[in-house]
This record gives sequence, C-alpha cells and structure tokens, in this order.
Amino acid sequence: MSVGFVMLVHTALDRAAAVARHWAAQDCPVVIHVDRRVPRAEMRAFRAGLGDLANIRFCGRYRCEWGTWSIVAAAIAGTEMALEEFPEIDHVYLASGSCLPLRPVDELRAYLAERPRTDFIESVIAEEVDWIVGGLGKERFSLRFPFAWKRHRRLFDRYVRLQRRLGVRRRVPEGIAPHLGSQWWCLTRRTLTTILNDPRREIYERYFRRVWIPDESYFQTLVRRHATEIESRSLTLSKFDFQGKPHIFYDDHLQLLRRSDCFVARKVWPQANRLYDTFLGADAGAANRAEPNPGKIDRLFSKAVERRTRGRAGLYMQSRFPREGWENGRTCAPYSVFEGFAELFQDFEDWLGRSVGARVHGHLFDPERAQFAGGVPVYNGGLSDSAAIRDYDPKAFLTNLIWNTRGERQCWQFGPADNQQISWFMAADPNAQISVITGAWAVPLFHSRQSFVDLRKRAAQLQRIEAAHLQILRSPHTRARVRIWTMADFVQNPMEPLQILIDEIAPRAQRRLTEAPRLADLAGFGQFLQNLKNQGMKPHLMGDFLVGDELQALPARPRKPYLVQ
Amino acid sequence: MGALSSYRMRMERKLWKFRARRKRWQLSRVADRTSDIAPTDVLAFVVLRNEAVRLPYFLDYYRRHGIGHFLVVDNGSDDGSREFLADQPDVSLWSTDASYRKAHFGLDWVNWLLMRYGHGHWTLTVDVDEFFVYPFCDTRSIPALCDWLDTSAIRSFGAMLVDMYPKGPIDALPYRAGQDPFEIASWFDSGNYTIRKNGKYRNLWIQGGPRARAFFPDRPERAPALNKIPLVRWERGFVYISSTHMLLPRGLNLVYDEWGGEKASGALLHAKFLDGFVDKAAEELTRRQHYANSHEYRAYHAKLKDHPDLWCKWSEKYINWRQLEILGLMSKGNWA
Repeated sequence: MSVGFVMLVHTALDRAAAVARHWAAQDCPVVIHVDRRVPRAEMRAFRAGLGDLANIRFCGRYRCEWGTWSIVAAAIAGTEMALEEFPEIDHVYLASGSCLPLRPVDELRAYLAERPRTDFIESVIAEEVDWIVGGLGKERFSLRFPFAWKRHRRLFDRYVRLQRRLGVRRRVPEGIAPHLGSQWWCLTRRTLTTILNDPRREIYERYFRRVWIPDESYFQTLVRRHATEIESRSLTLSKFDFQGKPHIFYDDHLQLLRRSDCFVARKVWPQANRLYDTFLGADAGAANRAEPNPGKIDRLFSKAVERRTRGRAGLYMQSRFPREGWENGRTCAPYSVFEGFAELFQDFEDWLGRSVGARVHGHLFDPERAQFAGGVPVYNGGLSDSAAIRDYDPKAFLTNLIWNTRGERQCWQFGPADNQQISWFMAADPNAQISVITGAWAVPLFHSRQSFVDLRKRAAQLQRIEAAHLQILRSPHTRARVRIWTMADFVQNPMEPLQILIDEIAPRAQRRLTEAPRLADLAGFGQFLQNLKNQGMKPHLMGDFLVGDELQALPARPRKPYLVQ
Repeated sequence: MGALSSYRMRMERKLWKFRARRKRWQLSRVADRTSDIAPTDVLAFVVLRNEAVRLPYFLDYYRRHGIGHFLVVDNGSDDGSREFLADQPDVSLWSTDASYRKAHFGLDWVNWLLMRYGHGHWTLTVDVDEFFVYPFCDTRSIPALCDWLDTSAIRSFGAMLVDMYPKGPIDALPYRAGQDPFEIASWFDSGNYTIRKNGKYRNLWIQGGPRARAFFPDRPERAPALNKIPLVRWERGFVYISSTHMLLPRGLNLVYDEWGGEKASGALLHAKFLDGFVDKAAEELTRRQHYANSHEYRAYHAKLKDHPDLWCKWSEKYINWRQLEILGLMSKGNWA
C-alpha cells in the first residue's frame, strides 16, 4: 500500500529536487519528467543531485508547451513508468515542480489507504458547467488547435477565427463525454491501468492531441469511462485568478496553508524560503486525520478577484479610475443635501445635528470657501476649504469627502448661490438624498434690507439658477432620492416632511421629533414678494404667499409634532 | 485618426530615444560594475546631486527589498556622494557636470542607461528621496512582485507619490545619515487628491496632497503631478517622457482600471520635506534647473520663509502599506 508521485518539472529545479527528495526519503517512489528545454548541463546536475535515492526515476522527456498535448504525453510517460517500475504503489499522484507538500506523507498514505478504490480528480461536465475562467470554453473540444498560443498567438487566433467562420465542429469520439477539471489528480492503479490499456486509447489520443489544454480534460474525461468511485476534487490546493492564472503562495501564507489541511499546494514562489523550510522540514507533528479544508484560502483569493474586478465603490485612485457609468457606485456612502432649509430655519444646522447625529456642514460649495462643520480650514483626509482647490475638481472634492468620512453620514446645505458644477453628479448618484425648499433663498434677501434694485437683480439671478437646478433634479436621468417642496407648502406644515427626512437618515432612531427648528421671521414676506413683483421681477419658486400678514400667525406658535397613524 | 496619432507617438518616441543617445556623451564612467548584473536582477536607476546624507539609508532600503544593482548618474555632487557611491559593490556610477535642465531634468541620461542596461530587466527608476512601497512589501521582495507581474503579463506598475512631512516646522528635527527619514517625516494626507485623465498619453494626472493644500491653495492647477510609473519591465524601445510620470509607448501608462476594478498599485513615499529642504529650495531657485522655470520652487520659497507646518489635525501617521491600501491610496488588486 503506497503512493507514487509523478512530477512535471521545468523551472526552479533546486526546489523540485528538494520536494522529490522529501517524498522519496519517505518511501514514496517518484518519477520525474523534466522538460526537454532544460539545458543538458542543468539536467545532469539535477540527476546527479538525486542520484543517492534508489526510488527516483527519470522518464523520457518531452518539449512541453502550455496548452498542448505534450503535457499529457509527459504525464502519461511518467505514469507508465511509475506503474511498471514500482509494483507496490496503488495510487499515483500527479504533481508539478512548484508543488509543495503541506502534510507528512504518512497522513496522505493513511488517507488513501482508507479509500483504496477512490480516484481523486476534479471532473465536471464540459457541456453544462462553466468551469473555465477566461479563454475558450466549449470550443476547446469542437475546434482544432495545432498552434501553441504562447509562441504563435496570432496564428492561433487567426486559425480559431477561420474555423469559426467555416463552422468547424469536431466530433467527439464515441464512448466519452468531455469533462474538465484541475490538471492535478491522484488516481488508483486500477483506473490508470484501464485508461492506458483501453483498446480505443489510440482513438482518444488522436482526438485529444488537437483539443485545447488537454491536460485539463484528458484524464478528467477518461476516468468517467473507467473509474468506479470518483471523488470530484483535487487533493492539490490550486487556485486560479480571474484570468485563469494560478495564484502563487508566499512566505506570509504559512499559517493559512498550515490550517488548510490540504496535502499539496500549488503553486509556490520558488524563493519562498520559509514555506520550503517549514513544510519540507523534519517536524512531523501529531497525527492529523483532518479532511482538507481550503475554505479560508478560497475566501482570500476570491476576495482578491473581487477587488480586481469590482473594486471598492466610490473610490477613485491611481489604479481605479472608472469611466462614467462603470463606478459600481459613484460615491461610497449615502449623504444628504438640504437646499433652502438653512435659510428658512434659523438654527437648522444645529437642530439637524442634534436630531440625526450626523455631521452637518454649511454650504460646502459656497463661492468663498467650503464651509466645513465647525468652520475648520482642513477636513478629514486633508481636504482644504480653499474654493479654488474645490472648484478645480468638484467631483473629486465630493467623492473624497464621502470616502474620507466612511462610517459617518454627511449632510450639507446647498443653494443657488453655490457653485453649481456639482449638480449633475449629485443628481445622478443613488447615494444622494436631495431635499429642496424652492424659493427659500429669498428669505435672507428679505432680511437683508438692501435697496430693491440690487435685490431684484440678485433675486432674478438666484431664481434662474435654482430653476435650472430643479430641471436637473426632475430629469429622467436623476438617480438621487429627490424631494421638492415650494416654500409656501413647507411653511404650512413643516413637521411632516422633516420627520420623513429624519427617519430616512437615521432609520433606527425611530424617534418622534419633539423639537422643531426655529422658523425665520416671515412677517411681511408676502409684501416683500409683492414689492419684487412691483419692481418687475416675477418670483414664482416660493409658491403662493398672501400679501397680508395672515400667514405669520401660523409659524408663530410651533405646531405639534405630526403624528403618523 | 488612430493611425495618424500612433504614427505621431512613434515619431515622438524616436525623438526621445535620439535625444537619449546623443546625451550619452555627457556621461563619464566612474565605476562600471554592470558585468555583475545577473539576468534576473531587478535594477534601480537614479539621478542625483549632493545626496550624501540620504544615500546610506536609500541603498540599504532598496537592498533589503531585493534590488540587484543600482545604476546611478551623479550630476556634479561636491559633498562626497560620488566617492561614497563609487565604493559600493552593487553600484555602477556615471558622472556628469552638464545641465540637468537641458538633459530634460536628467531624463535623457536615465533613458540612455535604461536603453543600454535595462532591456529585459524589471527596472525601478526613483529619486533618492522616493521609497517604493507595494502590496505585501513587509513580507515579499520586489523580485516577488516582479515575478507575479510577469505571470500576469503586466509590463508596468504604478506607484503614486505620497508626500511625507513632519509635525512642526520642516527643519525642526535634523536628519542623520542612515536614519529612516519616516521617523521624522511620518505624516501624510490621505484623501485630498484629484485625478484626471490625459487623453494624449492615456496616463492619469494626479495632484493634491500637502503641497497643493499648503503651497498652491489659489492655483491648484499648478500643483505638481503625483502620478508615477517607476517599475517597468524594460524593453529597448521604451522611453520615459516626463519624469517617471509617463512613458511611451502609451500602453505602458494604463496602470489603472476603467471598468470599476482595481489594478494592483503601490506608492512612493516622498521624503522631500525634511531638514535641508529649506536650504535646498533656496539653492534650486538660484540654479534654475527645475521644471517649468522652477515655479514649484518659487512657491516653496515664498512660503518657507515663515517656517510653515504642513501638519494638520487630519494628517495620517504612516504605519504600513496595509494602511495605505485601506485608505485607498494603493491597492492589492488581485495579488493575494
């Protein structure tokens, strides 16, 4: 009862030799296939270095080209030699030169001894399952691939295109259905012998010689014909990234690999000294009968792939600069923009901060400077309050602010007097909650007691800007949560909309508002608007205010908090 | 249009190569150990002037991270830098007294050395005050990164410049030779960078950080560029065209993902704002050897008179590369 290894080696011969020695010294025969392209001198040194071990053999050498039959040919040559020369072995384990045993051979031996008839080989039906990451799928089996992709890429691509155009479809030989799986397997002597002695082997080989990457399909397909008990997984821990390239293990993966309880890992960086020293060292450890459990490593690598393909939402940086529409989130967290509230209520910013426990800024896009909460000149992440820097790239200013304050909701005031460049960006951002009281910009004008000629001009300008802004907010491309009230409507009944906004910002708080923000003094506001009209302006965004002072009575005594249901 | 612009780029690249070849006559060999370079060595390329105090730590840092050989151009040092470098076993040294500005801020010299010695190697082109930080740099060497880039078929690797500064006036604490500069200048700005895409060369143009905040609050467009591509698997036809901000052919500048994902990237910790900077700024102003009529140094000089403190309440103290990655300044990409 024993296991023999077939090793396919092409680079880092010193590491391969160390691993082969490790196995051979523990009574596991090893057959090594060295790529024909390895120079003769290196090959001689490699052989000589392992010359003291009687159970190491070197099989006939092929020139191995990635994706072609030569790799399968090498594996077959090694397997045949192993079965013939070492009659005691019951399982053959296919490994590469960059594989590293993680557990003592005795544990592997015991594991296999308990499962003497089981073949460990990942094998999934090519027709139905999307096993392949990047590259050709079903066409691996239906087209011919006489050219090596690595050396003759253009020829390869052209020939594939030509065959597609001609509608080439190879017939799969009778008796087999294409299966795919990891290249690294551990099969029983019985299964291997039947595969290699199959009277139709010639036919299958002829077919697979022109299949693309047959090392992931030849044995995987044929075991389905011959094996009795297939465990469809590889005993070798080998992970692929989103381009189908194997992940590499380094020294810092040591603990992770140890805890994985896998038998063999691939592929290991040749200069990962600590990994090689640890796992090839003499430390046997207590007998461990655990099942391989690569879950943690799986998660690590799938997170890496996720980062590479999806990235972090709302992050713009040197290696992630998505085109418009590809951001997976324009900003990284929800935020609230209040327009007209600070004008209509005297202490709105303080009140909001108390009610929702969020960070409340003033007018961040004020033309003079960014009014950060507390009036500080520099904010989170080193954001400067300089208007020039902000206006140099307002979008970056906003996305930076939201990114820098992850975990804390940001609220700020906005209005027609501010820099409007950012309007579209906010409107198209699903993270934005934009609430507008239209026309409230008139309240500070009303209080300013300036000359009416200046006021009229300013009012007309602000009204035009706000109208354009509202048009953006009402466009079909807007993705933000937008709520718009006219000032007249809002003043009639301020508590209900405020409660809705507060609940949306802090849904868990579930508090009834007990305290209302203080409404600005609006006595004579109707007359003010009428005066503007008399001057020739047409203020319309505020809604309808009566000329008399009737309205003033309403907000003078704050209404009771609105009760929902 | 595509063919025409490709042709223009090709011509521009040829011109740069021609300049580099012509400027090679300005370099005289001081110590040539290039025959020691092994085929798999990662090479560092440096142009410097009067950096004797900083050199010991610089060499030590990059040796520790697995740089195989340093190829250095000394531009007229008179503080012993040349003698020090000539004695190092893994340094090849050229020297010149020619104009830094006329050699396109040293770029022509570097391009020539890259062309001559860089072909087929991974090359790291840095200044003496730039320290390369990359994912897993505390446990994996630069050759490990380069091997991974090779298997992923990536030819160039971006590393943004992160300006580091001390707490308090820049010249308050003296820097001693051999000392880790980030013991003093251990602070940086984490989230005030602006990015735009350069349509012509396809690179990103990054500005911001403490320099934009403190020296260019009214003219942010003049703030220096922070995007860099220092690590490249060099081939004879490549050229740097503006410091290490961008290269030709343009494909090498695509170190960022445009479809939402993150490519792997690093950072160059910039130990510029240390003791000695104030004097240097004054000196560079009189030498007038810097980019765009040295307007950058003018701005420094104007502000440095009143000993400014770049530090603010929101400055981050540097811990390690993981911190930079969490803050979103660099990314592991799919390297795990």
